Amino acid sequence: MIYTASPLAVGIFFAVVAAVLGISFYFGRKTTSARGYFAAGGTIHWSVNGIAFAGDYLSAASFLGICGMIAFSGFDGFLYSIGYLAGWVVALFVVAEPLKRMGKFTFADALDSKFNSKGIRLMAAISTLVVSIFYLIPQMVGAGALVTPLLGLPHWVGVTLVGGIVIFIVTTAGMKSTTYVQFLKGALLIVFSVILVFLVVDRGVQDIPYEGYHDFITLQAELTDGSVTSLSDPAYTIKGEYTENGLHFVKLEKDGISNWWNLEETGTLTEALSIVTLSDGTVLYNGAPREDQLFYPVGNMHRITVDGEQVEEAGSLNIISFLAVIQESEVVRFIADVFISGDERVRIWYQKVTPGNEILSPGLKFHIDEGSSFAEKMNFISLMLALFFGTAALPHVLIRYYTVPTPSAARKSTIVAIAAIGFFYILTLYMGLGAMISGVLDVESSNMSAPLLAQSFGTLMFAIISAIAFATVLGTVSGLIVASSGAVAHDFIDNFLGKKFSDHKKVIIGKFAAVGTGLIAILLGIAFKGMNVAYLVGLAFAIAASANLPSILLLLFWKKTTAKGITASITAGIISAVGIIMLSPSMFTRYGLEASSAPFPLDNPGIISIPLSFAVLIIVSLMTQDKRQPFEVKASTS
Amino acid sequence: MDHGPAVEYHECEELLKYKQKAGLRLFFVYSAIYGIFVLLNTVFPRMMESVVFFGLNLAIVYGIGLIVVAIILGLFYNHQCTKMERRLDTSGSKTLRGSE
Repeated sequence: MIYTASPLAVGIFFAVVAAVLGISFYFGRKTTSARGYFAAGGTIHWSVNGIAFAGDYLSAASFLGICGMIAFSGFDGFLYSIGYLAGWVVALFVVAEPLKRMGKFTFADALDSKFNSKGIRLMAAISTLVVSIFYLIPQMVGAGALVTPLLGLPHWVGVTLVGGIVIFIVTTAGMKSTTYVQFLKGALLIVFSVILVFLVVDRGVQDIPYEGYHDFITLQAELTDGSVTSLSDPAYTIKGEYTENGLHFVKLEKDGISNWWNLEETGTLTEALSIVTLSDGTVLYNGAPREDQLFYPVGNMHRITVDGEQVEEAGSLNIISFLAVIQESEVVRFIADVFISGDERVRIWYQKVTPGNEILSPGLKFHIDEGSSFAEKMNFISLMLALFFGTAALPHVLIRYYTVPTPSAARKSTIVAIAAIGFFYILTLYMGLGAMISGVLDVESSNMSAPLLAQSFGTLMFAIISAIAFATVLGTVSGLIVASSGAVAHDFIDNFLGKKFSDHKKVIIGKFAAVGTGLIAILLGIAFKGMNVAYLVGLAFAIAASANLPSILLLLFWKKTTAKGITASITAGIISAVGIIMLSPSMFTRYGLEASSAPFPLDNPGIISIPLSFAVLIIVSLMTQDKRQPFEVKASTS
Repeated sequence: MDHGPAVEYHECEELLKYKQKAGLRLFFVYSAIYGIFVLLNTVFPRMMESVVFFGLNLAIVYGIGLIVVAIILGLFYNHQCTKMERRLDTSGSKTLRGSE
């Protein structure tokens, strides 16, 4: 799709960025100590911290990624919302208060509070860095995706812009400014998402999403020996065919423009979207250069049914009838495929009419229905396991427990977070489905679904939602970079290497670490362009759950846990989780290889790496018991 | 090595044990509800299509229900903990080890 920047959108965007920088400067002047920089002095009120938790957590993955995934895959995208929220239950009931009692600046403080082990320090710092970087990638990808339509700039400029601003914020201020930025952004995100959902539900469901929506043509084809020989409209000529796995695509030409169509079993040809790369490198969008704007936004209803009767539109609905109408009706989705035809590489998105009950049930993305393989089912369980156990092990979530004054404040802020985040995740269902049927989807970027939905309600709404989404990325990236800099300055240099610096110097080292992490994030954000950000965050959750959670849980609840057990468990968790991700089918596609050639069939490593990390901790702990001085867990009695 | 808590808290053993036990109980309750949801999706995905009420299917009702239940359990847990903290009157007693 072609995006053009609007002056209003640019103005609101810069106003939001200016507000974020203003908050940073204001609090930055007051931050001089390490405790102030890494933990906001432990002075944040629980209610502010709760919404800031939501701000931290409702990242690009939640807003851009989940809405996009729901818009393209229905209920399967909503499973991410459910899993992300469920993880907070682990944080609240098991981790929040004990961790607050045991730690100071970082979660390594808590892990090491009983042992004084350099091994734990080193591995916890490495784990924090690895998880933060994996979590940073999708945020930067999301930033790049946003800046393109908002400011009309290329993806890499968006990534660099976010990286630059965040490095500036983090190096000038620290955890206090990050907290207030998150608070503001979390609150704005929820308020404007409510407005957007109200608009979506009030608009209802239409046969044709809006005036000017591209009318996708259908033709009748006659076949001889499985090949198309004539068409119902003689203005089209047949230029090629491609058949694969039961799919049959036909290349037709009219008025000198060639495009690919999908041949259905009934003999009907339906117009598709395609991006064709020719042998000389020329790229054609629906047979023409991108500037000709023949590559349309898509997503519409096929048949609308209300209480068993077919209608042309279902006007102003409520939050239940909106879902019920989609459940009864049929939606046109655009399914992606890639093939080589002659010397052309073709990326095609063909129409598929999907019943509403399939949209609102599992199976469109995760192949877990009848006939799915064991590996596909395991992949799904693995993801849901990682989402459930990942939240309570994310470094940027854990450090927020040190910004409040007491364990009970940590608990209360977690409950505020659960309520705010849970409410927002219910809204994602409406925003995603709204985008799916509003004719706004950019098939090249699922991440843009929510902002483009907002655009269907006018430029002002688009500008506000995009600016908030951008602030979302800024806030989350700031939190992650503070967590990373704490891992380097406090865990690695201070506690592992034993270099004793003054408070002021420790903050300076932290700021240098922030710059380094920010630069790495920029480079990776450019490299991973185009991947769905919710999927990428799912990987960060799996690494966090594998590396950190077994140690946290067993330290709290198993008396025989030893320092060596924790060190070995974190090591095993990181290596197994990252190793499996690198050998997964999705990454093989990223390397330009066949997904089927990947040596490991799962995309998400959780189901292997989480139990492995638990097992390693138990075995190594049992092997390294000190019989003279049995360790007693005093996790909750410090 | 200075990596102990930034703030020292004085909560009595009884309160800590109560909170830990209550937290674990609710954690297992929620884990069971979540586990059944994952299992149903994996083993009986077609069952999730069945309409439960108001034209909404089991997948949507269970999915939104999981979010709502998490909020309710959280509020219940906080209520119980706060009640116990008030009864034992120990929460909030703290000693700052350092300040900004």
